[in-house]
Amino acid sequence: MKLSKKYFADERDDDLVEIGQPRPRSDIRGHVTGRTAYFADRTFPGLLHLKMVRSPHHHARIRSIDTSEAEKHPGVARVITAKDVPQNLYTILILIQVGPEDEHVLAEDKVRWKGEAVVAVLAETARAAEEAAAKVKVDYEVLDPVLSIEDALKPDAPIVNEHHGRNYYLYDSGECRKVLFGDVEEGFAQADHILEETYRSSPIEHAPLETSGCIVAPEANGRFTCYTNTQAMFFTLDNASIILQMPGHKLHMVGGTVGGGFGGKVDVTVEPIAILAAKLTGRPVSFIYSREEEMQVSSPRAAEKIVIKDGVMKDGRIVARQVTAYVDAGAYSRHSPYGAQKAAAHFPGPYTIPNVAIDSYCVYTNRTPSSAMRGFGVTIGDFALEVQTDKLARLIGMDPLEFRFINAYRDGDMKAHRQPTEGAALIECMQEASVIADWPVDERFMKMSSRGRED
Amino acid sequence: MGLSLQTYPTASEAQSALAASNVRYMGGGTLVVRAANEGDLSFSTIVRTTDPALSEIETSEAGVRIGASATMGMVLAHPQLSYLAPAARAVGGPAVRNMATVGGNLFAPAPYGDFTVALLALEANVSVAGSGEMALETFLQEREGLDPSALVTAVSFAPPPDSFRFLKISRVHPKGAAVLTIATDIREETGSIARARIALGCMADRAIRARRAEAALVGRPRTQEGIAPALAAALEGIDPPTDAIASAWYRREVLPVHLGRLLLG
Amino acid sequence: MAKIPVQFTLNGSERAEFVESGTTLLAALRDKMGDTSPKGGCHQGTCGACTVMVDGELRLSCLTMAETCNGAHIRTTAGLANGEVLHPLQRAFENGFAAQCGFCTPGMIMAAAALLERNPNPSRDDVVEAISGNICRCTGYEPIIQAVLSAARANSTSAA
Repeated sequence: MKLSKKYFADERDDDLVEIGQPRPRSDIRGHVTGRTAYFADRTFPGLLHLKMVRSPHHHARIRSIDTSEAEKHPGVARVITAKDVPQNLYTILILIQVGPEDEHVLAEDKVRWKGEAVVAVLAETARAAEEAAAKVKVDYEVLDPVLSIEDALKPDAPIVNEHHGRNYYLYDSGECRKVLFGDVEEGFAQADHILEETYRSSPIEHAPLETSGCIVAPEANGRFTCYTNTQAMFFTLDNASIILQMPGHKLHMVGGTVGGGFGGKVDVTVEPIAILAAKLTGRPVSFIYSREEEMQVSSPRAAEKIVIKDGVMKDGRIVARQVTAYVDAGAYSRHSPYGAQKAAAHFPGPYTIPNVAIDSYCVYTNRTPSSAMRGFGVTIGDFALEVQTDKLARLIGMDPLEFRFINAYRDGDMKAHRQPTEGAALIECMQEASVIADWPVDERFMKMSSRGRED
Repeated sequence: MGLSLQTYPTASEAQSALAASNVRYMGGGTLVVRAANEGDLSFSTIVRTTDPALSEIETSEAGVRIGASATMGMVLAHPQLSYLAPAARAVGGPAVRNMATVGGNLFAPAPYGDFTVALLALEANVSVAGSGEMALETFLQEREGLDPSALVTAVSFAPPPDSFRFLKISRVHPKGAAVLTIATDIREETGSIARARIALGCMADRAIRARRAEAALVGRPRTQEGIAPALAAALEGIDPPTDAIASAWYRREVLPVHLGRLLLG
Repeated sequence: MAKIPVQFTLNGSERAEFVESGTTLLAALRDKMGDTSPKGGCHQGTCGACTVMVDGELRLSCLTMAETCNGAHIRTTAGLANGEVLHPLQRAFENGFAAQCGFCTPGMIMAAAALLERNPNPSRDDVVEAISGNICRCTGYEPIIQAVLSAARANSTSAA
């Protein structure tokens, strides 16, 4: 690794002690000796195993649930249904006032995606829990599913989630999160060329090596210790507190060591039900996703559809950008209203464009709820933007790197969402990349600075 | 009910135990224990045998006999089976190869079962205790209909001259499940193909012979033009699966490409 | 459910436990014997996080029945170091930043140890093949490959 110190040398004291020095990771000794304690690396006498009965349908009404045979199965300690959950309706971001609550811990009236949790079975062994789960009888009335963004937004589409009443999230700005800057129509009118392209992505599973899970132990003092691999400890604590109607001081969350997360462990899916199970049985409980559950049930990165229309001048300036983006949240909000909002702010990219209009929709479908993943809300947007940027450069016959120099944001530029640019370093990064990649650009670009414009 | 393992010192004792209900026979465990771990409740007893006869590999000019319990690792290490090494190495990583057996591979569903594709091109026979010896192709078609206590004890085949080829296409290297697997045994006489055997993996739910393609090769030169009818014929009668590795469409599209490369290579 | 005795040598120590029939070696090691260095990542033989050595051969402990290991010598990453003195592979992984989340590391190190024990001077291709049954989802393969090669070099230097 090389640390280039020639850029912004006058802005630094260069007296850093740690940065630029090789240092061992604080956790590496545990990793190489196998002594790092992940949540599952502990056993408790009398540990119960939780197995979830899940919806086999994308969309169905639950007529009835019969757990009597499962309860009689040898080794079963308890069967839990929706009525056992103190506050069954929740949504993760209610903690920051992003409602409404739209998801059940255990399904009540309907299932809205294939894999939704319906009944939890607790038994002495994982095998006994599997066997008993197979004996839970759920009578479903199968409903028409909505399986694409396009179908969800049709006027006669079945309603995926009644708590929203429509197949998209209603922001305070209306049916989508909007960013408006300048006058995009005027921009298109003055442009030499206009390019409109549509980009699509599929859901992507994080596939961490360690599946999602937790082990909960009831303590003698009335508290519950929850060993978890969540990436969102405080979201988990607070949501568990709401769902269980239990003050936070009763819940002792232990975590921080995660066998791969990549954003896939920020939803609150295993802890509340496992804590409830420990409370109802008075015994320690283990709830660990199987590999199949991790791949099929844990939330993926959202599928997206992004339509970008750009107006560009022959000299390389992008003068107008209109984006309509759709984020497939699946059946429930989880973190997606936030992801779609973040996407809206991001669509101008690292470029200064004087006329911008963004509409970013968070859409509900009967698919696996999507959530955070590396670069949440912006990664797929970046894919679309940079492919679009290359296409724009080709359209006007310009080198794609030089095209980016022309449009790169610099200090003092106003971004479309009204945040002035400061501390930019894009020009310098591209200058260095040009040298390292042996992709030469015109002399004038090598003289540019992020600290201001030439004229 | 739980799960229990029964270990028998001889194959015949294990075979008797298979007659009970809810029983599954285990070779190396890479299929059966996996199924149990994944919540397959269709069996509650696992039967295995430590019979050393099932792990024997015998090779002579007349024929090769590989015991059903021989592992991929044992095949790889055998000096007289070097032509099968690419097929044995195609199965899993080193740990899986120390466990996965030749007998078990005959039951591996697509996209697994690469070694069986090689055996099929070699026109191997399968020894089934209780049902006698049968052609592997027949065995693959009829294995679900066999008596529950039928037990595969060995596979046998005539060692090929230097005409055997094996190709596995996967997306992840060096180890990944197959997009497709092809094994061929093509023998030429005076400039044209006299005998052709082609076996395909991932072109159905189990390994199959490409008999129409084989017939289309006989009497033709091993050239681009010579094999063209066989490449077209290879697509007849196939029903490739769609899974996480590849779609049926993709498998169908690339089959003639890879078969052509293998035949001309 | 009847309990079955299992008895084997684990990292040089004689161990015996009663387990339920059908218990995997992974579960016996982790839940009964307190060796949590092998990890359960997939329980289907795909990820390699549970890799151990049984009588010197690499095995997936999640697909191995504990009772089939009676009398065997089992080695795991937990037994590689000699007290505080790390195995050369552990040192190389530490120095080479060859772990991120660490979940694949014990299995990866066992796969690498099996390689170096039969081939002390592996090529890069040998290393890639040796760890081909072990997934690192953090995608740190390059530092892992370099660490194994560097451990091999350190071994041959100290042997010379």
